[in-house]
Order: sequence, then C-alpha cells, then structure tokens
Amino acid sequence: MSNEAAMTQARRTKGMSARERKRALVAYSFIAPNFIGFAVFTLGPIILAFIMAFTEWDGSNPMKFIGIGNFSSLFANDRFVAALKNTIVYSLFTVPLTLVAALGLAILLNQKIKGRTFFRTVAFFPYVASLVAVAAVWNMLFTPSKGGLMNQLLMNVFHTEPLKWAAAPNTVMLTIILFSIWKNMGYYMVIYLAGLQGISEDLYEAASLDGANSWQKFWYVTLPQLKPTTFFVTVMLTISCFKIYDIVYMLAGGSNGVVNKSAIVLVYYIYEEAFRNWKLGSASAAALVLFAIVLVITLIQFRGEKNYAND
Amino acid sequence: MSSKTTNRRIGKVIIYIFLVILALIMLIPFVWMITASLKLNKDIFVIPYAWLGFEPRWQNYIDIWTKIPLAKYALNTVKLTLIVTLLQILTSSFAAYAFAKLQFKGRNLLFLAYIATIAVPWQVYMVPQFIFMRKLGLADTHLAIIILQAFSAFGVFLMRQFYEGIPDSLCEAARIDGMSEYKIYAKIMLPLSKPALSTLVIFTFVNTWNDFLGPLIYLTTDSKKTLQIGIKMFISQYSAEYGLIMAASVLSLIPVLIVFMALQKYFVAGITTGAVKG
Repeated sequence: MSNEAAMTQARRTKGMSARERKRALVAYSFIAPNFIGFAVFTLGPIILAFIMAFTEWDGSNPMKFIGIGNFSSLFANDRFVAALKNTIVYSLFTVPLTLVAALGLAILLNQKIKGRTFFRTVAFFPYVASLVAVAAVWNMLFTPSKGGLMNQLLMNVFHTEPLKWAAAPNTVMLTIILFSIWKNMGYYMVIYLAGLQGISEDLYEAASLDGANSWQKFWYVTLPQLKPTTFFVTVMLTISCFKIYDIVYMLAGGSNGVVNKSAIVLVYYIYEEAFRNWKLGSASAAALVLFAIVLVITLIQFRGEKNYAND
Repeated sequence: MSSKTTNRRIGKVIIYIFLVILALIMLIPFVWMITASLKLNKDIFVIPYAWLGFEPRWQNYIDIWTKIPLAKYALNTVKLTLIVTLLQILTSSFAAYAFAKLQFKGRNLLFLAYIATIAVPWQVYMVPQFIFMRKLGLADTHLAIIILQAFSAFGVFLMRQFYEGIPDSLCEAARIDGMSEYKIYAKIMLPLSKPALSTLVIFTFVNTWNDFLGPLIYLTTDSKKTLQIGIKMFISQYSAEYGLIMAASVLSLIPVLIVFMALQKYFVAGITTGAVKG
C-alpha cells in the first residue's frame, strides 16, 4: 500500500469513527436519563446489599466486616426460621391453588357466553384494587366474632364451629392464603386466556372426529397445549409468593403493624430487622437468602423456556 | 341429535351456575364494602346482614374528610402517581428507542444490566437503597418515592420489546429524509407505540397508587403520607369506626377503577405480551 493510500484510508476510518462517535453520543443521550437513575438508585444498592450482608452495621456507626456471621446467626434465630418456614408453606399452598383457580376461570370465561367481558372484569378487578381497601373488607368479613359474614356462613350453611381466622395462630395462614388466591387469580386467568386462545381449533376438530368427549378434549388437547403457560404461571406465582409482605401486614399485623411468629414472612423479617431493629447487616443477609431463592426459580425458568423453545 | 342438544343445554346451565358462584365470590366483598360504608357502626354486625332496604347514611362520606386529612393524602398520591407515570414513560421509551433502533458500543452490556436486575426483587435491595437515600437527605421526601418508582428496568424492557416489532426500514427511510434520531423517536415511534405506552401507564399508575411498602419506609411526616398509608393509619387508630373505614376504602378504589376501565383493553394485551413472549 502506498503512503498516500494509507493516509486516505486512515482519514476515512477517522471520519467514519467521528460519525460513529456522534451516533453513539446520540444513542447515549437517549439512554442516559433512565440509565443514570437506574444505575445510581437500583444497580448501586444491589451491589451494596451484597457487601452489607457480610457486615455488622446500624447505619450510623462505622461498618464492621464479620464474614458469614450474619448467615449463621440467621439460621439460629427463631423468627427468621419461622419466616422462612411460613413463606414456604404459604407458597406451597398458594401456588397450586391459584393456578387451578386461574385455569378454571380461564376455561369458564373462554366459552361463548353472554356477559363474558363483564365476568372477566369482575374476576380481574381485585388484582388492581388497592390492597388496604380490600384487606379492610376481608378483616371485617373474616372477623373472629360470630357476627362476621364468613362465620355466619360456616355456622348456618356448613353447620361447623366459627373460626378465629387471622386472630388465631392455626388459621392465620389459611386466611392469608384464601385472600391471596382471591386477589390474584384474575391476573393469572388473563395469562391462561391468552394461552387458550393460542390453541389451534384444528386440534379440537381432530379430537372430535376421533370421538373425544369434552373431558377427553380437556385432558388430551387443552392441558398438554397449555404446558408452557402453566410453566410460566408457576414460576411467576412462586416468585411473587416469596415476595409476599403487604398482605401479611394488613391481615395479621396488629394495630402497630407487628406480625407474630405464626404469620411472619421473609420480607417482613427483612423490614423488621432493618427498620425496627436497625440491624442492617442481618437484614441484608436475609435479603440475600430471598435473592438466592428467587434466582434458583428464575434459572429453572430459563432452563424450561429453552426446552419449550426446542419443542 | 336431541340428546346432544339437551347435553349442550345442561352444559350451558352448569356454566352459568359456576359464573354466578364466581360473581358472588368476587363481588360480595365489594358490595359489602359499599353497603357498610353507608351504615352506622352498630348496624354493620347486625345479624342477618342487611344488603338492601336500609336508610343510607351519606354522612360517613362527609365525616371521613374531616376525621383524617384525606384530601391531603389524596393530593399527595395524585401528585406522586402523575409524576412517576410521566417520568417512567418518558425515560423508558427514550432509552428503549436506543436499545431497539440504534447501534452503539456497549449496547448489549448495558441492556444486560437491565435484564439482570429484573430478576432481583426490590425487597432484596430496599434496605441499602433507603440508607443511600437517607445519606442524600432524601428520607421523608416525595422525591425519594419518585426516584424509587420512575426508573424501572421493567419499563425499558417492555418498550424495547414493542419497538423491536416496528420495522427498521421505517427509521431508515426517515433517516434518509434527513430526520434526526430525536425527531424519529418523537414523530414516528411514539405515536406508533400507543398500546405499549398504555400498558406501561396502567402498570405504573396502579403500582404507584397502590404502593404500600415504599411510602411506609420513607414517609414519616403525617402531612406527606399517601392514601394507602393514611387509610391504614386510620384503620389502626379507629378500628371500630367500621362505616368510616369502608367509606375511605370505597373512595380509594374509585380512581383505580376509572383508569382500569378506560385502559382495560391495553392492560390485558400488556399482560399477555409479557406472558406469551416470556
């Protein structure tokens, strides 16, 4: 290559990179407003959470590194163990029950019936309704006294003893689970509705030709076709169950918002350790336990999605 | 043939029975809420409960405004919700445009930072975030709540997914016509992305309006509190004022009901795009 050619070549690349630089600057200007806010107030705190979990800190005195001390004392702490256990129990019941309810609703509201939109709205509305408002109603409907609507129903229709609901340690989780299903099933119903609408009519026609009845169609066509949706719903539901906090606070928190051992959950424990006891290190360690659980569930989802993509 | 039609008819009847049960389960709490909000405390736990035919006590809806600073709470919530929703839409769609339609160094890396944090629940980093905000002197300010909600990874992700579906040739043609990137964003992309924007509006609106844990942690001064916190406080202090509690609850539901009804179509579409694409 002659000297001159090399120079024009260099000039050209330089010119290109100047234009490219300008284009990059434009692109960065688009991203900057959101990214700066995101990096400073989300990314930064996430990194800080990982550091804090290995320290002892009250937020004002100097931070002290103590290695994995927080984690070992977590599992020796009854309240944390109770929180972990309650969260798992809550998820174990809420996930399958919500899933079945949502699927049932979706199948019901996928039929050609009068007032379909109305019923869909009715089923969905609790999901967007303010939690404080609906929890206040639930607390009154499920009041431990005999005058509450639910206890009236138990006594007069089912002829059983009235329950103490959220006021008794053995029924408080039941009350929280029932409420959670009622509030959230409409959301997952919408996801199932989308899944149902994605199933080709041809499959049902073929099944009809083979003489399948409604039940067989459901069992051999609908359910297998909905597998990816069910998988997605299960993962989303499980993650949201592990993040539960406000429902417990509303239904089981006393007048000062303190939740006792029969209903405490992971996020409540984090909140309490941090903002009531000011043990920031221990709170962050508990937060990392929550993160580890959610991460495992997310990885399972990635795995599963790959499988369904290959199908 | 005739047995088939009777079968079908029985099927229809069963479906409608289920629908009625469903409507009862979903609606009774709301009907109870409204009727109780129009009663005296002593009439609420009377057995059997009077669903109809009682003298409505509208006074509850007047008293609630003087018993607690409901107007102040409502104003705070409206202010926060509007600012957060506006910021969220602007910054997310702006960033999403670059991620979807522009080539630049570090694009994948930056986007990966967003994706990675979607899987980290806010509850995991709420403590260090609060400490950091307090260091900046933002504890007990509305600005903190705005910052908390306005820059979500979810918004960028949702908008980018949508922009990816708009053909690149549209932008190319505009570039050849000499339009700047900012103009392409404002004149072409924004008008095309109404469905995605509506979804983001409704999600952000509902989330900010109903948010509880954020304001609970950050806001300590009474006059700065939001509706949710304010009503919860009222419930704890006056736990026997059933009628008033229900009146406040009914009032707090109305704005969400209006937004939900207006944008319902988009909301459902938004949930399902998220689900189907995974």
